[in-house]
Amino acid sequence: MGVLQYVAKRVGLYFAVLFIGLTITFLLPRLMPANPIDGYIGQIQARASGALTADDIVQLRANLEQLYGLKGDLFSQYVSYLERVVLHFDFGPSFTYYPQPVSQMIFNALPWTLGLLLIATLVAWLLGNMVGLVAGYFHTKKAATILEVVGILLYPIPYYILAISVILLLAYIFPIFPLSPTFPVGQMTPQKFGMVIYNSLLPALTLVLAGFGWNILSMKALAVATTEEPYVTYARLKGASNWTRMVRYVFRNAMLPQVTALALSLGTVFNGALLTEMLFSYPGVGLIMRTAASGGDYNVLYGAIAISIIAVATAGLVIDLIYPLLDPRIRHK
Amino acid sequence: MIKLNDLKISYRIGNRVIEAVNGVTLTIPDGSIVGIAGESGCGKSTLMKAIYGDIQSPMSLSGGSIEYGMKGADGRAVTTETIRREWFKSISYIPQSSMNSLNPVIRIRDQFTDFPGTDSNKKRVLERARAYIGKLGLPAEAMDSYPHQLSGGMRQRVMIALATFFQPELIIADEPTTALDVVVQKEILLLLMEVQELMGNTILVVSHDMGVHYQVTHKMLIMYAGRVVEYGDTESVFADPQHAYTKMLIDSLPTIGDDSMRGVLASMAGAGGDRAYRVEPELIEVKPGHFMARPSVGVAA
Amino acid sequence: MTTESSSAAGAAAIPAAPAAKRRDSLLWLLNARLAIGLSLITIFIVGSIVLPFFAPADPSLQATYLKNMPMSWEHLLGTNAIGQDIFWFLVFAIRNSLILGVLVGVGVTIISTAVGLSAGYIGGNYERVVMLVVDSFITIPLLPILIILGAVIRGNSSFLTVGAIIVVFGWAWGARTIRSMALSLREREFINMARFSGASTFAIITREIFPYVSAYMVVGFINTILFAVNTEATLAVIGLSKVEVPTLGSIIFWALNYNALFTGNYPWLVAPIVASILLFLGLFLTSTGFNAAFANKRGVA
Repeated sequence: MGVLQYVAKRVGLYFAVLFIGLTITFLLPRLMPANPIDGYIGQIQARASGALTADDIVQLRANLEQLYGLKGDLFSQYVSYLERVVLHFDFGPSFTYYPQPVSQMIFNALPWTLGLLLIATLVAWLLGNMVGLVAGYFHTKKAATILEVVGILLYPIPYYILAISVILLLAYIFPIFPLSPTFPVGQMTPQKFGMVIYNSLLPALTLVLAGFGWNILSMKALAVATTEEPYVTYARLKGASNWTRMVRYVFRNAMLPQVTALALSLGTVFNGALLTEMLFSYPGVGLIMRTAASGGDYNVLYGAIAISIIAVATAGLVIDLIYPLLDPRIRHK
Repeated sequence: MIKLNDLKISYRIGNRVIEAVNGVTLTIPDGSIVGIAGESGCGKSTLMKAIYGDIQSPMSLSGGSIEYGMKGADGRAVTTETIRREWFKSISYIPQSSMNSLNPVIRIRDQFTDFPGTDSNKKRVLERARAYIGKLGLPAEAMDSYPHQLSGGMRQRVMIALATFFQPELIIADEPTTALDVVVQKEILLLLMEVQELMGNTILVVSHDMGVHYQVTHKMLIMYAGRVVEYGDTESVFADPQHAYTKMLIDSLPTIGDDSMRGVLASMAGAGGDRAYRVEPELIEVKPGHFMARPSVGVAA
Repeated sequence: MTTESSSAAGAAAIPAAPAAKRRDSLLWLLNARLAIGLSLITIFIVGSIVLPFFAPADPSLQATYLKNMPMSWEHLLGTNAIGQDIFWFLVFAIRNSLILGVLVGVGVTIISTAVGLSAGYIGGNYERVVMLVVDSFITIPLLPILIILGAVIRGNSSFLTVGAIIVVFGWAWGARTIRSMALSLREREFINMARFSGASTFAIITREIFPYVSAYMVVGFINTILFAVNTEATLAVIGLSKVEVPTLGSIIFWALNYNALFTGNYPWLVAPIVASILLFLGLFLTSTGFNAAFANKRGVA
């Protein structure tokens, strides 16, 4: 009964958070100092260079309000917003690429972002935790301190600095990778796939380096503490090998808080991924947002925020649901 | 038979060297339960570690030797250096905090098979283990459970099962009943006695609780400040204690009928630096099978 | 939204008894990390306060000097493609970034402490609602929101508006951690004593719980500075904040925009990177140094 309760609670929280997040996303544009409609009208006027009459503008405004769901009082807007988003994933049309729906643009870019994110985060978590485990288990050796220092040096460095340093080192000083990565579009062929991998390595490396440091440090601390536990000592006195103790005893227990930590860090990791995409012109959600920001395409931006919230919350839920599989104390009783 | 020959074990702390065991000469007979009593810091835990073979920096064997009287798998006599290979084969260990001595995320049955002492055929081991734990009063499902699903008493039975399953010649039990409530304590002690009778091995029981010693042990060893103060058959030691320290330990036992014996030694903590109890390493046979150590020079008997 | 296990933000353990309020020396603070970290930060802080007085001109003005001049005694890091002196731009950039960081740090610390303490201590439905809000804020990724802000107000925002937004979305993390601390403290003996002696909730929170939480607050404050400087720079690097104002991020933005690498003007790009790395290292070492010192003081490490 414990597991069902746990799952129900998590799923309930998930929907609650989603609801609050979407509501905030709804309120945001209405709280911003500038009215997007004015922005659009301004842009259209600029393009039409004065060919619009005052009547035209009134008509245009009315149409835009209809189109972007800004008609009617706040509450009815809210209801129709929720309806549109939750039932149809409809965020309206893009302004720059009218009439292409925002949702389509985002869903095209989403697999790129998710692919990069998932692989990089997994690699960073696994590698970082393994290194941290060894450093913590053998913490009396000098090599362990060196590993810890590596973690300390990497952890505080922000994504953009890592990205630029990576570019400096691996695309400029040692030109192994392209300075301006290009990503093929259209149908995927094996050759194109190879290109994708090649060009994705630098952004992926950036993400891995960013997450690696924290995992080393926290895992090392956890491993040191866990190695002191009575059950590890007992395993030693049973004659269990170092490998058995390190992996079955220390790691299997120390990784639990690390899984929780991963769930908590998803927001940050997502932010970092978006930024990295922008700096590498990687065709994910980040790049779309950046372009939309310059072009004043607000629907894309708000749509992207909503999708971001959904993505992060869902990933968190998935991890929360995996946790009982790893910790039998939650699973049984 | 285990022979301790003027055994000295020391710890290095910073610049100082502390002689935790300071010259112990003793023969521990086969097939009996030997209790070791004394307050914290008297050296009993260190002595057990040394006998078990768990000697690692900053601890070291600074003098004397241990003769195990056993032969290893290679046919040669077991020594302090090679005893490690006998862990959970010829010699085993029951830890103090059974609460925390089992890996929380791995099933009990897997903890029967994850160390070198076991048979390589895990299936066979588990079959026999399932049958065996029934004899210790554990239900068959216990094997497939996780530690947190068992009560404290059941977990301690599991520890005893693990320690005795491979039929070792020597078992060291370090405060085996300390964290348990009184009723469960009794059960565990009885279990230990049954197991020993069945297998005929030697069990060393370390406890600060004199009541435990009285109930369970055949012979008793009293330690103080790294040396043996008194040694003999339990009945003899309790009935006619020779050394002042032993007398004090026994006197601090509540009278018969009172089963709650908690923190008996808390009151004796103050006796730590008391020079009145210091002894020489040699044991003198005062009565048949009953030995006592001479008080050190400058100390009244 | 996650399990109740301890927060990943490295929440320090709670001590076993209230520390006596002594005015002993601050030597317990010193450890290698803290020393290095504080030295680094002090250099930056002192530099930011003192150096600007010596600046020959407003570094954000363009075309003040000849473009792309190499490093020399007159221009310590050379000049950039817009005719600004890189060194002075960097000095002001560091100052502005630090100012933003500290202001945001203060704001976030106040809010997260108030929310976290009250939620943790008062509990009940208040806590549930508050934590729901907190979890939602944690889930909402900050960057997209900032990007929208940047898009909407591009160029017209004051650099402090960015700071305000960071405060609005950045307090959630700290609140979570502080609430966990308050939760565990709530059950402590001395809290119960205070409660039974009739102290008001407010008094208990400020006088009993606060001193413990203050250790974390110092650490959290420094972490927030790191976070704020970082976030603002992130926004600037992609060109979505008021990039005319010298900050660590805007200097990088301009360097990238003017292809500093291709034109061979390395100092323009490399200097701010090195400065940023050193600053962040300094902040991080200080924060973990404090953490370790507090843990040591309580005898936990």
